[in-house]
Amino acid sequence: MNVLVCVKQIPDPNAPGKLDPQTKRLVREGVDLVLDPGDEHGVEAGLQLVEKDGGEVTVISMGPPKAVDAIRRALAMGANRGILITDPALENSDAISTARAIAGAIKGQSYDLIICGTESTDGSSGAMPAQLAELLELPLLSFAKKLEVADGKAKIDRQTDEGYDVVEAPLPAVVTVTGGINEARYPALRGIMQAKNKEVKQVGLGEIGLDGQAGKAALTQEVVDATPAETRKAGEVVEDKGEGAKRVADFLKALKVI
Amino acid sequence: MAGAWVFAETVDGVPKPVVLELLTKARSLGDAAAVALGPGASKSTATLGEYGAKKVYVHEDAAFRDVLATPAVDLLERLVEKDRPDLLIFGMTYDGRDVASRLSARLGTALIANATDVSAKDGGWAIISPMFGGSLLVTTVPKTKGPTIVLIRPKAVAAAPAGSAGAPEVQRLTDSVDTSKPVARVLRRETEKASGPKLEDAAIIVSGGRGLGAPENFKMLDELAAELGAAVGASRAVVDAGWKPYSFQIGQTGKTVKPTVYIALGISGAMQHTVGMKGARTIIAINKDPEAPIFKLADLGVVGDVHKIVPQLIQEVRSRKGK
Repeated sequence: MNVLVCVKQIPDPNAPGKLDPQTKRLVREGVDLVLDPGDEHGVEAGLQLVEKDGGEVTVISMGPPKAVDAIRRALAMGANRGILITDPALENSDAISTARAIAGAIKGQSYDLIICGTESTDGSSGAMPAQLAELLELPLLSFAKKLEVADGKAKIDRQTDEGYDVVEAPLPAVVTVTGGINEARYPALRGIMQAKNKEVKQVGLGEIGLDGQAGKAALTQEVVDATPAETRKAGEVVEDKGEGAKRVADFLKALKVI
Repeated sequence: MAGAWVFAETVDGVPKPVVLELLTKARSLGDAAAVALGPGASKSTATLGEYGAKKVYVHEDAAFRDVLATPAVDLLERLVEKDRPDLLIFGMTYDGRDVASRLSARLGTALIANATDVSAKDGGWAIISPMFGGSLLVTTVPKTKGPTIVLIRPKAVAAAPAGSAGAPEVQRLTDSVDTSKPVARVLRRETEKASGPKLEDAAIIVSGGRGLGAPENFKMLDELAAELGAAVGASRAVVDAGWKPYSFQIGQTGKTVKPTVYIALGISGAMQHTVGMKGARTIIAINKDPEAPIFKLADLGVVGDVHKIVPQLIQEVRSRKGK
């Protein structure tokens, strides 16, 4: 069972994000960069599958050279090897370019399952996994909160507004996982040491045959403006000295909800 | 006039609430049409017309209900090639996102997600999406030929009937649906029962975060919600920890809610959460950390221990209701 897990390095989501006023892109300088916490669940899901059935987990990412750190984190969790697609021409790529680059980089390789987070925590469009599935002509099992693989099929509990659907697809397939699917392991020291010696292959656009078809040369959209949203005004903040509940009840009464 | 199509998700022939929001927006941008797929879809045409669809494409094959995304993408690709709309609007829902994303890769056209507004600009479109938990509004313009695909967040537009619209032209489609390719098939559907009103429709929401300390403490939220006739919601941290099912999650990856009153209990107010609830008319927050960002949004904030205050609040509400 060979699993490919797509990961993204993002600015620490616990630090407030900033846009460059000139380029209207995310500021990446001077910000801590981390493996997207949503992707840790994807890595964990992949590791659990190969621990049960054997095989390897390959981690793939697209980003600047330092995005290798996010791959190393996944390797420290236990993934076997990494692929980093990195090319100056890929700066400011949109989701479809990322999907094209990943599809290009894995051409000719076979994976039973490709796992992604449902969406990145920073961009959060959630488009890339479905676009990748489309380019590879594979079924997509999306929003999985449970994943099982058996008899050449993947079966998930797919999140819905009312509960969940049980959905099945033959392998190979693309799966997106929600945070609820598992608790991601924390890399052990031994894993961190081993990760340093694991292979991370770096490829550029030329090597994957996509010159001019991804990144800057193939932008489908452009951000033309970014303005601060109207903010809510903070109201009254009181410290509870035994009267807190009464204050809230008075407030609810004034709003005529009780 | 520009052709603005809406992907009209229906359940047993009833359009999802977001569809009526999307049509309200679409008819302000051009000739609105709706595409309604799956068994019972033809029952939805009158409502879709009422909200502004001049034309409704209907295909009732069961595959649209039972197979994820791909049958809808195949059909939309054919319809787009034939009738050439300028804009395709989807709701930012589980199915909407899958279909829109696959279709954008198929057509090679721009996809803009998480939108709250679309307007015509210089013969094209300008799309507004909130970023960083809604603290910034970003305007994006498409650069590709062919229809622009936009995913609009539920509750971003207020749905309103078109008023004078007559019955829409209905085009019934019967072309065969190809499911010979490997597909993702729905085997069965499970409903997680929640008592009280649905989160999306509730006038009052009582929502809990990590500050509750343990999953069993949600019981007091259920109790408070029952007293207030409120729905119960949760932050992502709580859902990720497995305390509550995903269907309770409010925020970026969960639901967007706009209740009259939102009561945040033990919720710090991370941007991923606030983007889904800052449209509430009134926000009340109780949290032990005076620095919690939720207090910057709250109309009334109480710095204190939820475990102490919530049981007292239940009593206060009960006694006031008695009067």
